[in-house]
Amino acid sequence: MQKRKSHTDISFNIWSGIFFGLGAVAFIDEAVFHQLLHWHHFYDLSTTSIGLISDGLFHAFSWFATVASLFMVADLKKRRVFNFKLWMGAELLGAGSFQLYDGIIQHKLMRIHQIRYNVEIIYYDIAWNVLAAILIVIGFVLIKKQINLIKK
Amino acid sequence: MHTHHQPISENNVFDTIILSIPFMFIIFIFIMAVYMANKKYQRWPVYRIVFFIVGILCIASALIGPIAERAHTSFQAHMIMHLLLGMLGPLLISLSAPMTLVLRSLSIKHARRLSKLLKSAYVQFICHPITATILNIGGLWVLYTTDLFSMMHSSIIIYTLVHLHIFLAGYVFTISMIYIDPTPHPTSFYLRACILVIAMAGHSILSKWIYANPPAGVESTDAELGGMMMYYAGDEIDLVIVVILCYQFFKGNSYWAKKAHLLS
Repeated sequence: MQKRKSHTDISFNIWSGIFFGLGAVAFIDEAVFHQLLHWHHFYDLSTTSIGLISDGLFHAFSWFATVASLFMVADLKKRRVFNFKLWMGAELLGAGSFQLYDGIIQHKLMRIHQIRYNVEIIYYDIAWNVLAAILIVIGFVLIKKQINLIKK
Repeated sequence: MHTHHQPISENNVFDTIILSIPFMFIIFIFIMAVYMANKKYQRWPVYRIVFFIVGILCIASALIGPIAERAHTSFQAHMIMHLLLGMLGPLLISLSAPMTLVLRSLSIKHARRLSKLLKSAYVQFICHPITATILNIGGLWVLYTTDLFSMMHSSIIIYTLVHLHIFLAGYVFTISMIYIDPTPHPTSFYLRACILVIAMAGHSILSKWIYANPPAGVESTDAELGGMMMYYAGDEIDLVIVVILCYQFFKGNSYWAKKAHLLS
């Protein structure tokens, strides 16, 4: 009985973290790469229509996910089942996954926009996607470690 | 509205004052209704009065005065008008719980009749999140991707109908997502969450589409700035709806706790 209850709390912690990570990456993407650096373009005329749809859906979902994840944290904290390390791991997993999706599918296949213009783009692409992969790996390790600790 | 393509003159100021009378009247009615309702019911919160007045002012400034006049020639002004009339105005008015106030102000007989109407299948259909989103976002797609946009600027009837639709669709969309007034047919949080994400996506995709494909008679830089305005300002207003939707879901009752409790 007790085990099943803690099982749902683990998954709430993880989902909340993943949502927040996704929202955080989308926010950094917008604030840093669009607004501050002006590397990304609002609209690149080579964008495919599926790219526009994907971008629109992810953009909308990232806002929703950020807000919902914070309400989930509040709820977890209120019930005293918030596990920061587990949540942090899930956040990195969510952040890395979205960045990888953005870097491979959205930038390259759907051609929404490139990371930067008038530069040798390949180095930027490699840095972007390798960073994403590192985030995913760290996230996985943290989650695994925490789940093992809880189960002991 | 009748005097487009004219510089702002004394005549226009006079027109604006005349045209603002209906809006003043609505605010007056609202405050009177609050005064009457306060005699019989719990005190009507001041913030709701403020939301209502600011909401009506949003709509008034979208329809009359300098922004409305410039909207005939500038797409950016048109976009500010659209945001005030179709998003911010409806949001503020729905937060002021106007239907609750109307029900409090009517006699019991009339209030029953009205609540019967609100429970009808027609209202349920219109206020369903999916229908409301199609009316709201779908309506915008029709406006900006067809000839309707240029037709609107040559016919006063079409102009009026389009603007009426923008406001009503914006209002119905808002009340289909967040429940401030009594809601006879609530839908699940998950359905509303999914539809809201799709609606926000539809709005941002349309704003990028406008950025790349200016509507007839709009210069490309004007359309680019207007599209970006629609994208970013639309986000801010939708974000308020997201926060309220999540707040209503998570508040107090701790849904997740209940679910965890049920599983254990």
